[in-house]
Amino acid sequence: MGLVQVPPIPAAPGPLFPELARAEENFRKCIQCGVCSGSCPMGEAMDYSPRKAVKMLLEGRFNEVVESNTPWLCVSCHTCAVRCPSKLEISDGLFPALRAAVVAEGKALDQDLQKALQNTYLYGNPMGNSPKKRADWAKTAGVPVPVISQLKRPVDVLWIVECYPSFEPRGQEISKLLARILNALGVDFAILGHEERCLGDCEWLAGERGLFEMLIERNIEILNKYKFREIIMTDPHSYRTLRNIYPALGGRYNVQPVVAFLAERLDQLKPLLKKKLNATITYHDSCCLGRKTSHYEEPRMLLQAIPGIKLVEMIQNRESSLCCGGGASTIYLDRYIQERVKDRLADRRIMQATATGAEVMAVACPFEPARFEDAVKMTGHEGKLVVRDIIELLAESMELV
Amino acid sequence: MNIAVLTKQVPDLVEGVEIDSTGKAVDPDSIRYILSESDDHALEEALLLKERAQARVEVFSLETGEVRDSLCAALAKGADRVVLIRTGQDTPPSNHAAAKIFASVLQGLSFDLILTGVRAIDDLDGSLGGLLAGYLNLPYVGLVRKVEMTNGTAMAVVQKEFPGGYAAEMEVKLPAVLGIQAAEQPPRYVPVSRLRQVMKAAKVEEQEAALPATEALEVERLFKPEEGAGATMLSGTPEEIARQVVSLLSDRRLVR
Repeated sequence: MGLVQVPPIPAAPGPLFPELARAEENFRKCIQCGVCSGSCPMGEAMDYSPRKAVKMLLEGRFNEVVESNTPWLCVSCHTCAVRCPSKLEISDGLFPALRAAVVAEGKALDQDLQKALQNTYLYGNPMGNSPKKRADWAKTAGVPVPVISQLKRPVDVLWIVECYPSFEPRGQEISKLLARILNALGVDFAILGHEERCLGDCEWLAGERGLFEMLIERNIEILNKYKFREIIMTDPHSYRTLRNIYPALGGRYNVQPVVAFLAERLDQLKPLLKKKLNATITYHDSCCLGRKTSHYEEPRMLLQAIPGIKLVEMIQNRESSLCCGGGASTIYLDRYIQERVKDRLADRRIMQATATGAEVMAVACPFEPARFEDAVKMTGHEGKLVVRDIIELLAESMELV
Repeated sequence: MNIAVLTKQVPDLVEGVEIDSTGKAVDPDSIRYILSESDDHALEEALLLKERAQARVEVFSLETGEVRDSLCAALAKGADRVVLIRTGQDTPPSNHAAAKIFASVLQGLSFDLILTGVRAIDDLDGSLGGLLAGYLNLPYVGLVRKVEMTNGTAMAVVQKEFPGGYAAEMEVKLPAVLGIQAAEQPPRYVPVSRLRQVMKAAKVEEQEAALPATEALEVERLFKPEEGAGATMLSGTPEEIARQVVSLLSDRRLVR
């Protein structure tokens, strides 16, 4: 699985279709095999499945596609793109272009999505929290969490915490545990604190190119102020964007996801994993750590290093893992999607997890604890399955909780 | 048809608001200003009217905080002209002063409709529209949630909200001042690329206006809501708290 190639971002928004015209160029290679539609977990609910949408765009039926529900149901799980025999960039090329056409035209957006975009413009996070409070979680971490601007020296590791791990209550708890793990490993790390802003993955995939450009400019300006050896990231979406998209726009950094960073230090970690957890665990490959960046083994290595854990696989795992249904800004489109889709992807995924007999579903993406815990309740599995971040499991075994 | 939209900026509560050392005013350094929400709705209603009846929309705003940003946003959304009114004071004036300032700016101009948000979070007295209508000798309807033109630009039919979920439809002779409670649809989204283009290219027109002397209430003490005062804090597990809530409600015969 190679790196994802994403079309360059236009310098200025044009009228409705230049982006699609550019996509059209590529999509002439489409052989209409339908693998994308057959692989798409949302295809059934779309007015026009990906294959059909491509065909219609090539026939010039732009308005029909742009005005259908198709652009807004793609969860950017990337299954279509990795399976496409013509190597077409469907979920991260065609769909953001369709959405960008809707946004650039000033057409009415879903209210929840509009609010998230406006908040990100004003405050640098989709929840609408004050940027001043971004590092508030660190006050109760129990270990020092230095802010790089206050350190006034280069650090080894810059940890980009990102929005959910900074503001969402469960995410904050996981951030505190990660701070303790980094501390226990003696890592010289710092965070950006109030200077950190959303890196823009959801905004880009939602078609808000202008907002994405604004965030990129600001983030590169901030990151270039400081000296660090590498960046680690808690959020796979942002990690993918920083690794794959920022370099073309002038932001070149040595970056890896937290799970890969910790897996590199497995020898150091293993003696600290003292407490036996005695649980059967199944691991959910998130789309951004899995199909988009091919980090399949590091999360499993970390889990298997925990004493007492038996790792079992769901029927769809690794490259064929089923998305939680929250990528590409669809985390803000839950209501819109729920009105149009019978079975939510998160619910379907929980059914797969319980079928393994596991008591714990391990995750490594900050969107997922809340999404899957909700799905556990919705599918009536409360008390039978718990959702835990790998960081939570490691911290428990390290007796840092 | 010509529509004037009068807007102002209010402190952004997300960023937090601090009280200054006098204890009688908000500390200006703690504040970031954003467009008042109901003024945003007034602009949206004006833009809907523009789309339906080819109106010309002009936005006037008092000089406060980041007012240029919100005037550029108005242009990006489709306003035809924006005017920043300079009074030499960068904190929002009282509604009495604001009404006099807007009256002096609008005097002699020809507008069929003057729309403004019915109230703002910084004063909540909802008096700007009425006072302005008084100074301009025009009719005023407040708490409006829908505006339709009838008979060209001579009359409008407006929906006004009343308590208890009621609304009245009333005819108003134009020109008139309307205090907008909510537009017929949520304020539209401005793509950031368009907004940034406008910010680079647009010239915000400026106009001087004298700050009028007005009678004003004197603030004796400004304070934050006192947490916990007058409230009973429940504690326990979620189940225990739920049981306490149920018994509190049933003791007061609010549920059976």
